[in-house]
Amino acid sequence: MTITRKLSLLLAAGASALALTACGGGGDSADSDLVVMHRGNGAEPLTLDPHKASGTWENNIIGDMFIGLFTENAEAEPIPGMATDWSVTDDGLSWTFTLREAVWSDGEPVTASDFEYAFRRILDPATLANYASLLYPIRNARAVNMGEMSPEELGVTAVDERTLRIDLEFPAPYLPGLLTHYTTFPVPQHVVEQYGDAWVQPQNIVTNGAYKLVNWRANDFVYVERNPLFWDNENVCVDEVFYYPTVDNPAAERRVRNGELDLNVDFAGQNLDFLRREIPDYVRVHPYLGIVYFAFNTTEGPFDDPRVRNALSMAVDREFIATDILRAGQIPAYSFVPPGVNEYPSDARVSWEDVPVEERREMARELLMEAGYGPDNPLEFEYSHRTTGDNPRIAPVVQQDWSLIADWVQPEIVGIETQIHYANLRAGDFSLGDGGWIGDYNDAYNFLFLGESDSVPMNYSRWSNPEYDALVEQANRTLDAEQRGDLLSDAEQILLDDSPYMPLVYYVNKALVNPNVTGWEDNLTHIHRTRYLCKADAG
Amino acid sequence: MIGYIVRRILVAIPTLLVIITLAFFMMRFAPGGPFDLERPMPEQTRQNLLASYGMDQPVAKQYVDYLVDLAQFDLGPSLKFRDKTVAQIISEGFPVSATVGLLSMALAVLVGTALGSLAALRQNTSVDYGVVGFATVGIVIPPFVVGPILALVVGIYLGWLPSGGLDPRHGMTLERLILPVVTLALPQIAIISRLMRASMIEVIRSNFIRTARAKGLSPFAVITRHALRAAILPLVSYLGPATAALLTGSIVIEQVFSLPGVGRQFVFAALQRDYTVVMGVVILYASLIILLNLIADLLYAVLNPKVKFD
Repeated sequence: MTITRKLSLLLAAGASALALTACGGGGDSADSDLVVMHRGNGAEPLTLDPHKASGTWENNIIGDMFIGLFTENAEAEPIPGMATDWSVTDDGLSWTFTLREAVWSDGEPVTASDFEYAFRRILDPATLANYASLLYPIRNARAVNMGEMSPEELGVTAVDERTLRIDLEFPAPYLPGLLTHYTTFPVPQHVVEQYGDAWVQPQNIVTNGAYKLVNWRANDFVYVERNPLFWDNENVCVDEVFYYPTVDNPAAERRVRNGELDLNVDFAGQNLDFLRREIPDYVRVHPYLGIVYFAFNTTEGPFDDPRVRNALSMAVDREFIATDILRAGQIPAYSFVPPGVNEYPSDARVSWEDVPVEERREMARELLMEAGYGPDNPLEFEYSHRTTGDNPRIAPVVQQDWSLIADWVQPEIVGIETQIHYANLRAGDFSLGDGGWIGDYNDAYNFLFLGESDSVPMNYSRWSNPEYDALVEQANRTLDAEQRGDLLSDAEQILLDDSPYMPLVYYVNKALVNPNVTGWEDNLTHIHRTRYLCKADAG
Repeated sequence: MIGYIVRRILVAIPTLLVIITLAFFMMRFAPGGPFDLERPMPEQTRQNLLASYGMDQPVAKQYVDYLVDLAQFDLGPSLKFRDKTVAQIISEGFPVSATVGLLSMALAVLVGTALGSLAALRQNTSVDYGVVGFATVGIVIPPFVVGPILALVVGIYLGWLPSGGLDPRHGMTLERLILPVVTLALPQIAIISRLMRASMIEVIRSNFIRTARAKGLSPFAVITRHALRAAILPLVSYLGPATAALLTGSIVIEQVFSLPGVGRQFVFAALQRDYTVVMGVVILYASLIILLNLIADLLYAVLNPKVKFD
């Protein structure tokens, strides 16, 4: 064969390949009357099984398909979902729920035993649920999850077809908030038993929420459509939803601007000014139920001394980090529980909040000298941080802040790949490390448990304070919401004074939302169910 | 010829085995594991998870188990994607990466050889300088700069093409492939045109070209039938591994244009210690390189009568 013929063959092959792919691009076959929402969802879901999920981006999809006893309104506050009515015993330990008359998307009724089955399944160690510990307030949940008791001994009972009783280990007034979480969603017993783990595959899945799964192509999209049997179907506007794994923020920003995505659940903080200039109507920024903090390893020197921990904490200029480095409206943090948490006074503060940072550095130097450090005994330590997100930009700033205390304070910064960093924190193999916490539900305990001594290894600091543990325990046994809030606040004050964690800033949630999308309410937990959304130009 | 192919394939098996072994142990000895998460799970759950994937066994045992499964063409479940197997993940991502890769390779070969030949034939003229200048720029500016600029200008300011992603209903449509294919092809066009120019310059000065001209062939026939055929040889050995690299996906292109390919999957899997997905893609990548190198060598024989296999 001559080379010219070869070349022309190659040409022909290339052209036919193009033609082949092009013929897929014919007219849009979708019904043009349908309202379709294209949601940039931040990341690829690892699973759509509510019992195995652990990411906010998975929750965005799963919560559109399933509804628990409680659910969120557009502002993400807990409202009754599958429960129409409930009562609590005087000791606060036993909750009885009456279920709404509703059906799964295959027409089978949703019964109390679907809930009972779901709670037993997620806590059964064989299910390998990595988020089950959230349900430990339920009686015997921990023991069941550890394999010490059988799932039948769990404190969740189907009294009759439409009555469910949940017994608790301790009064948990925040239970309605917790029951909006996907770990508490019902699953269709008849389907799960038939298909096993494959029940979440598009051809098998059955849902009780506004949408059901049609297709899921890895790294491409998850596609759901309206569930006509959903009990509130008449109030749902959007017919079809595509969720895209928009890992790359700048790429997602372009696709939102171009109208290919109706919204994206994040954008790059450093692009805020640019986006505010270019597409001001799209930009959404709101305080988030989460905190960036540094954990001190309190089991070894130099951070076994609270004076050293406090000194380093007070020397950091949080205003500068929030306004000049992060620049997306983050709020400097002087407490551990973010502002705006339900039934919480939020009055615990670090004692030096109002002292100017120059003076705080003086105080820090005195504290460190009191602790025995000085020109002859320099304070040397290692600060490790995750190499993702904003963390690498924060690290040199705090290093500078610490160095300004005195020239004998000698921090060394080490950037560590995220996955390894978490392994190190869990194993206690660090000295001072950065971390973050996003609340699972709107309650102060969901933050303060990180200081409890039996929360190790989630309590990275390994701090143990009997007085703190006792106060939190007492709060958990208190029924009166105000009294409980005060007790938790007292506990938080101990945590702040002893400083096993150094609060840095509270997170903000950021989103780009096309002004054509209606019903989007910025909120503290950044949960925006599609059933509340619509489009201004929808017929 | 057939004997040669069989021998090459037999040699490929130990090569693959060495690659698999190296990748397996490098992955396992990298610090951190798939179940080290931002929100740590209870130790009991972690142990159960490890046990369910056989990761509580000694590494040597895990290695043997992996090879036994592999021999039955079972790449195992993903450690991260709990509803999908490695085979599913690769089979969903590879067609996208392969299409984008093949198209950009075809584009790069066509444009690159044409530009390179042109520059060689018009050596030291403005055409030549133009091509060399373009090639230098093409190599120097990386795709992660070209991609976003193209997406911004063509996608948003001009509004001619979508700025990323596949069509949710029709998948890989032409309009969604143009920008990623062009972006991926640009540096390849640059490399190929430089290779082509250098080798063409050498070839057109050789004796057999002078002979061809002397016997009165038209200049066009001399170039296409004689010169191009000889000049393309160095290119063929470059194209084998280059095609393998393009086929298995470019993390940059897939990231910038939000394409669901295996390249992106590979990098995320490595970062998140999804051992089985990493192994699956490594095996795919290694097999492709071996296969395409073999094809390149066979093409050599077709193009160059001096090369004989026995």
